[in-house]
Amino acid sequence: MFKDTMLDPAGPVSAATRDLFFDSVGLMLIVVLPVIVLTALVVWRYRAGNAAAAYTPHWGGSRLVELGLWFLPVLIVVMLWFVVWNRTHDLDPYKPLSSGQPPLVVQAVALDWQWLFIYPEENIASVNRLVFPVGRPVTIELTSDSVMNSLMIPALGGQIYAMAGMQTELNLMADRIGIYDGRNTMFNGDGFSAQVFNAEAVDVAAFQAFVAEARNAGETLDGGSFKTLSTPTIAGPVRLYSGVEDGLFQSIIASHGSMPHMEADTTTAPHAEHNP
Amino acid sequence: MNSSMLFGKLTLDALPFYSPIAAGGAGVIVLGGAVVVGLITWLRAWPYLWREWFTTTDHKKIGMMYVILALVMLLRGFVDALMMRAQQAIAMNAEGYLTPDHFQQVFSSHGTIMIFFMGMPFLFGIMNYVVPLQLGARDVAFPLLNAIGLWLTAAGAALVMASLVIGVFSTGGWTGYPPYTELSYSPTVGVDYWIMALLVSGIGTTLSAINFIVTIYKMRAPGMKLMQMPLFCWTALCSSLLVIFAIPGLTVAGGLLALDRYLGMHFFTNDGGGNVMNYANIFWIFGHPEVYILILPAFGIFSTVIPTFSQKKLFGYNVLVYATMCIAVLSFTVWLHHFFTMGADANVNAFFGIMTMVIAVPTGVKVYDWILTMFRGRLRFETPMLWSIAFIVTFVIGGMTGVILSIPPLDYVFHNTLFLIAHFHNMLVPGMLFGLFAGYAYWFPKATGFRLDETWGRRAFVFWVAGFYLAFMPLYVLGFMGAARRMAYYDQPEWQIYFVVAAIGALSVLLGIGCQVIQLVVSIRHREGTMDLAGDPWGGQTLEWSTSSPPPEYNFAVLRQVSALDAFQAAKEDGRPYIWPTHYEPIEVPRNTALGPIFGGLAFVLGFAVVWHIWWLAAVGVVGVIGTIIVRSFATETTRIISAEEITATELRWHAAVRARQEANS
Repeated sequence: MFKDTMLDPAGPVSAATRDLFFDSVGLMLIVVLPVIVLTALVVWRYRAGNAAAAYTPHWGGSRLVELGLWFLPVLIVVMLWFVVWNRTHDLDPYKPLSSGQPPLVVQAVALDWQWLFIYPEENIASVNRLVFPVGRPVTIELTSDSVMNSLMIPALGGQIYAMAGMQTELNLMADRIGIYDGRNTMFNGDGFSAQVFNAEAVDVAAFQAFVAEARNAGETLDGGSFKTLSTPTIAGPVRLYSGVEDGLFQSIIASHGSMPHMEADTTTAPHAEHNP
Repeated sequence: MNSSMLFGKLTLDALPFYSPIAAGGAGVIVLGGAVVVGLITWLRAWPYLWREWFTTTDHKKIGMMYVILALVMLLRGFVDALMMRAQQAIAMNAEGYLTPDHFQQVFSSHGTIMIFFMGMPFLFGIMNYVVPLQLGARDVAFPLLNAIGLWLTAAGAALVMASLVIGVFSTGGWTGYPPYTELSYSPTVGVDYWIMALLVSGIGTTLSAINFIVTIYKMRAPGMKLMQMPLFCWTALCSSLLVIFAIPGLTVAGGLLALDRYLGMHFFTNDGGGNVMNYANIFWIFGHPEVYILILPAFGIFSTVIPTFSQKKLFGYNVLVYATMCIAVLSFTVWLHHFFTMGADANVNAFFGIMTMVIAVPTGVKVYDWILTMFRGRLRFETPMLWSIAFIVTFVIGGMTGVILSIPPLDYVFHNTLFLIAHFHNMLVPGMLFGLFAGYAYWFPKATGFRLDETWGRRAFVFWVAGFYLAFMPLYVLGFMGAARRMAYYDQPEWQIYFVVAAIGALSVLLGIGCQVIQLVVSIRHREGTMDLAGDPWGGQTLEWSTSSPPPEYNFAVLRQVSALDAFQAAKEDGRPYIWPTHYEPIEVPRNTALGPIFGGLAFVLGFAVVWHIWWLAAVGVVGVIGTIIVRSFATETTRIISAEEITATELRWHAAVRARQEANS
């Protein structure tokens, strides 16, 4: 039932996230389980009908006990601090994933209510379908041509917002072949529920075949065809583009730039140091 | 959209005939309103209601009106919840019975109502009723301000209800994130209704909070030190301080969004230099403390109920006070955890994750204190205690999922999914709502003189708790599966069974609410049997139990000299619980005034006019507010004197009731 979710990870990020989940839950159960058990025991033992139980109506505190109460939660939380600090840096979505291969760069544009994926190195683009080779890191650069969106592929790991006029980044990798669900998780209007896509982790040959298929698609993506594509569409079809106008992704960002008719000011984007 | 001078954007198209379900909902509201108005007219109750309730400045009646408003809005918000659960239970590869647009209005109004027009008024109602009594005070510091606060909150609630009948409500969720809520993506009046309702009620909430703070600082019984205040008063103080500092964030976020929408400015738009990230920051600087505004007073209720029904002193009073203050301060240091996924640096995310966990420490200590309060007690399991025990067990589960969400890498996976929805309902349903129900059952006999029916109370409790687990545990599971929140339909067959279970949970809650309605009716019909004017039905420890039920308008004929915590318990142990002098002094109380309903009415008119761009009517509203303030400033006689004879008669009746009760007990 948890097939292709964080509990059944298909990549290193989601696998590390799953481990982190079980570690932190285990730590917290040290506090939580005794509370539940103690509550049940105390409620049963000190019920009014039980005359055998001790009764100390004036006992309202004890310095030792009160100090002791802080000890366990503080201990657990301090342990979690180290976990948080280290794992937040390890699992930073902006952090490139280590692998023998250079990452595949994909530029994702959130539309109403579709996803456009531009492959700048391959000079192709796809809509509502993300194909990438298994075992090779994928660097997804995100922006939005509409309202705030959030891209998530649960089998592979976490999500990052896509916002107009800004660029964010998400690094993921699949280590087994499969077709995984991808979706926008940030509510953005009437077509929200249908804004899903297939994230396909394929072997190298199949990826080459996908690139070749796209190159034969005929239609290229430029300012004009992008305008057509970006009109609000619910449950739009998969599309492929055989070529992409140079700098289209940057010009989409710039079109929502901080001032009209100016280049996008990428320094206002979060995590600016990663966006030279 | 075209706009006319007389009606602004308002046309006949605003009536909800876009869907039969929306029209049905509007019909129920209109019909329900008509039935209530008709009934009051038929009973010729208008003069009574106006004289005794609408124009009152008595904090006790204001508190009861807040609670009534909250209970009505609870029904409305719960109908929204039922509609969502029904939709998602059937919308597997199907459209369901709601259009996406309607579904979006439903989840937006559910969140907005439950937080701002159910939770807040319920809390402020109980605080209004109880805080002055627990302080041993005769009144609040600013009774008129208090009345205006109530009526502004009611005006905000009325704007939300009006949107159901005239026009539409926002589809942007209770957080109203731009740019989606900007004019270019949400051109209808829905977002304007949402903004105006929150701005109007936000002013009311702020006025009430100022009143509570001054009341707590200045109006305590002679001798009562801050560290001798009942814990509920401490939590009311913290909550009110949070309101003062947090609500401006909401006002600024909503106000700037309104400037974008009305005057074409660019605070949060996609173009012209707008930046949605500013909204997220400003909104959550309000939004996170808001959680504690809602939950701290409920902690105070538990800290009152648990010792009473354990027949024992509260454990660790000092620690609980400090923990409450810690939580209040820390609540301003964690807002970024609501958007870990916005792309902030790992250092920033880790810092806010750590700060969030820090809050878990004082909260955990509080839980231990409550358990230790029950330890070596003599536990009686009346309904307020049952709610408290269910709270402890359920709340720690929600606390654990909260710490999970505070770990940024885990938040990347669970953010925006149903796991998050399950988490915050897991905090607010047991943490806030169970506390409110406990307080409602606990102080009901103080307010009315008779108790709520225990049998129906237990039935309601069972259905509510079972319903909560059935409704929200499946949402945790769905969160693991990657199910996003706010989906009107979906295409994953394995999700459906969990949505069906959640819908069954919602039906169980419906039964619980049904039991609560029956409980109220049964309790009123059988009130003779449980009537107890003596005023101390539970063996209470704090001063509200040291006067009659219901208390006289002036609360206490004699102000008590306080020298210990749990002043009434201390007096009982001294063998002199009541102070009964041989003759009484006259007491000055505030006069009734129509200013509350007038301000509420004007605020509604102003909000409605701005929503529909009816500028002449908005001008009428503004001029009306200013004019009313000017007229009021000439009023010289704002108080009246209750004569010593009247007080003597009232007090002697109460003394007789207490003696009768003492004889019956001995």
